[in-house]
Amino acid sequence: MSNVNIKSLVKSNAIWLVFIAEVIIFTIASGGTFLTGSNIVNISRQVSYYGIASIGMTFVILIAGIDLSIGSIITFVNVICAFLMVNAGMNMWIAVIISLLLATAIGALNGSMVATIGIPALIATFASQTIFEGISYLISGGRPISGFTSSFGLFGRWAVGPVPVCALIMIACFALGSFILNKSYFGRYFYAIGGNEEAAELSGIRVNRVKYLIYALSGFFAGLAGIVLLSRSGSAQSTVGKGLEFDVITCVVLGGVSVNGGVGKMSGVVAGVLIIGSLTNGMILMDVSEYTQMVVKGLVLAIAVGIDCMSKKNRAA
Amino acid sequence: MSEDFVLELEHIRKEYPGVVALKDVTLQLRRGEILGLIGENGAGKSTLIKCCSGAVIPTSGKIKINGKEFDRMTPQLAAENGIAIIYQEFNNVGELSAAENLFLGRPIRKGVVIDRKAMEEEAAKAFAQLRIKINPKELVKNLTVGYQQMIEIAKAIQQNAQVLIMDEPSAPLTTNEVESMFEVVELLRSRGVSIIYISHRLEEIFRLSDRIEVIRDGEYVKTLITDKATVNELITLMVGREMTQKYPPRKPCISDEVVLELKNLCGNGDKDINLKLHAGEVLGLGGLVGAGRTELAELLFGAKPKESGQIIYYGKEINPRSPREAIDLGIALVPEDRKRHGALLTNSIKNNINMPIYERISKASVIDSRTEHATAEKYRSDIQIKCPNVHQLVKNLSGGNQQKVILGKWLAADSKLIIFDEPTRGIDVGAKYEIYKLINDLVESGHSVLMISSEMEELMGMSDRIIVLAEGEMTGELEKEQFNSDTIMAYASGIIDQKEAMK
Repeated sequence: MSNVNIKSLVKSNAIWLVFIAEVIIFTIASGGTFLTGSNIVNISRQVSYYGIASIGMTFVILIAGIDLSIGSIITFVNVICAFLMVNAGMNMWIAVIISLLLATAIGALNGSMVATIGIPALIATFASQTIFEGISYLISGGRPISGFTSSFGLFGRWAVGPVPVCALIMIACFALGSFILNKSYFGRYFYAIGGNEEAAELSGIRVNRVKYLIYALSGFFAGLAGIVLLSRSGSAQSTVGKGLEFDVITCVVLGGVSVNGGVGKMSGVVAGVLIIGSLTNGMILMDVSEYTQMVVKGLVLAIAVGIDCMSKKNRAA
Repeated sequence: MSEDFVLELEHIRKEYPGVVALKDVTLQLRRGEILGLIGENGAGKSTLIKCCSGAVIPTSGKIKINGKEFDRMTPQLAAENGIAIIYQEFNNVGELSAAENLFLGRPIRKGVVIDRKAMEEEAAKAFAQLRIKINPKELVKNLTVGYQQMIEIAKAIQQNAQVLIMDEPSAPLTTNEVESMFEVVELLRSRGVSIIYISHRLEEIFRLSDRIEVIRDGEYVKTLITDKATVNELITLMVGREMTQKYPPRKPCISDEVVLELKNLCGNGDKDINLKLHAGEVLGLGGLVGAGRTELAELLFGAKPKESGQIIYYGKEINPRSPREAIDLGIALVPEDRKRHGALLTNSIKNNINMPIYERISKASVIDSRTEHATAEKYRSDIQIKCPNVHQLVKNLSGGNQQKVILGKWLAADSKLIIFDEPTRGIDVGAKYEIYKLINDLVESGHSVLMISSEMEELMGMSDRIIVLAEGEMTGELEKEQFNSDTIMAYASGIIDQKEAMK
């Protein structure tokens, strides 16, 4: 009996074992640099923005959807927030709130395309990816915008003692995500819809409304990630978010959220984010070229999804 | 022994895990005859013809074609030996022409190029032989269903089919199309093709067939010469088993209060449905598959919109536009396809039972987890869901227990009117009895039940009254003392319409 329990415990937390193994390997390979305090702080800063974005993506993938627009939303928020602060001379907090509202609205737009019109999520969010990348260029003219007040550094540069504020924001977001999934009825709805949309509707869930909510949340978290990124870089670039959706999707899927919907935990996604963050950081420490990094990350994504699909096949057999 | 059989099935048995679909079926098809094959829903007709085509491999039994014995069929062997099946769904490609569909997968070529002209000429010849007027160049998607079916038949003949098996061929056709199809079928018989004709519509069987074979519950019953058979005899053979199953006794509990009244309700394929359902009553909905019973349930549950007419519920007209609205009114649906529409298989028993009431048991969207757990435990013990604990995933439960979880969900949602669509489909006998008891408990405690069932015994054993539908229309209504399987079957097959008969 206890044997079975240990087995299932290991099985459901295998992702954390992968993470620990990774830490050990990089620590040895880097001669200890990897596990120094300064590098850990470094990693926490690097992972914060896609960690934040991964929470919305987790919800989306849980209902067997996908959101390809978040990279563009991050870019858009960078440009619009910088534009409002620098070109329009707006107060930092008002600019941040407007940017987050706009990001949420873009998510809701995705939701309306997917739920009301019925465009497949892949295409709907791909369309808005293209649209908002274009709009970002139109606003910025392709030129970087910089020169923010120093207090804007709060989100990405400041720290409370040794802990960066952006890492605290990420931790708060993960706590919120976990709360939504486990304690609120929305979480129950997400799992139900991901498991069987038709049966969920016939159990009284207004599936379309939930889809709106989920895509809007995905937009919101991407927007927040955009603010953190802008604060950290101190300059809004129209290329900053390009391709980020893939890093985020990799983290979520690696964290055990099934692309077929209905299965996944927030803690798994935390592990997924840490694995990808450490992988990137470790490869940089070891002087692995950017292109090799791309190859490695692509392989990790394929393997993660492959394991998910194979375990599904086994379950079916 | 001198009889000329083109196809013989001997003692065919087919077992699936837990179910025996065919127990012992024998069928002999003479050269150049039309054999009508009839039986109730679930009698095993489809499984039997799939054994002929090689789509299903029988557990035991022999298949002989022209006297040659085969242990098992494969789709390829069946085709090589001249067996063709016209299913209810066609294998046509809409974007290709009639001629191209006729030669689908084996086009006439001139070198590497497809010889369109030769194909069109051949197709024109093939169509002319069957006396059907189809332009070979016409795209199939522009043709009516009747012509699409003709292309399927022509394709089979083109490939030298000697045995043509037709599964409910008239189901998708209009009256005129059915007449043309009959002509083609009779023409084929005159040319020596043997035909197995499966249909629910007995008048078609009488019109076309030479002999009729009846199967019931996966067993061979009898083969009759059509000219000597009567409708009543056939119906009795199809359904006339003894009432072996016991139904739990029910206290009289019907009150005068009308819970649901439908006035000329139309929509989702149904026309002019009028009925009344009282508190404490089980109203049975009989009819064949596709008679519009599930469609009526979808209308009442808000899953499909009505077109006209009224739904009056506890004296007030209602118009539920979504399942959510219906649930809030106290209407519940236990659907036919439990795994697709009923239970959330990948969710726990607890989550399934609480699903319709989560918003009610939450404060500021936070679930009151104590109430959530207590609700699940209450219905687990009330309706005896057999499980180690309520955290168990529903997919790990047996069919009967899954059905109980669905019922628990609706009881938790405080439903008043519960619609059961085939409540015991795929559930073993012991668990059936428990479901029947639960239905009794429901009506005894003042709920109302609308029960759709294709099982004649269940329909008559459980209902207080029965309404029969055929092709989206009500064809009969029977009080308890009038229950009679022959009458119900006659209404269901549309042979007799009570309303017309009373005029």
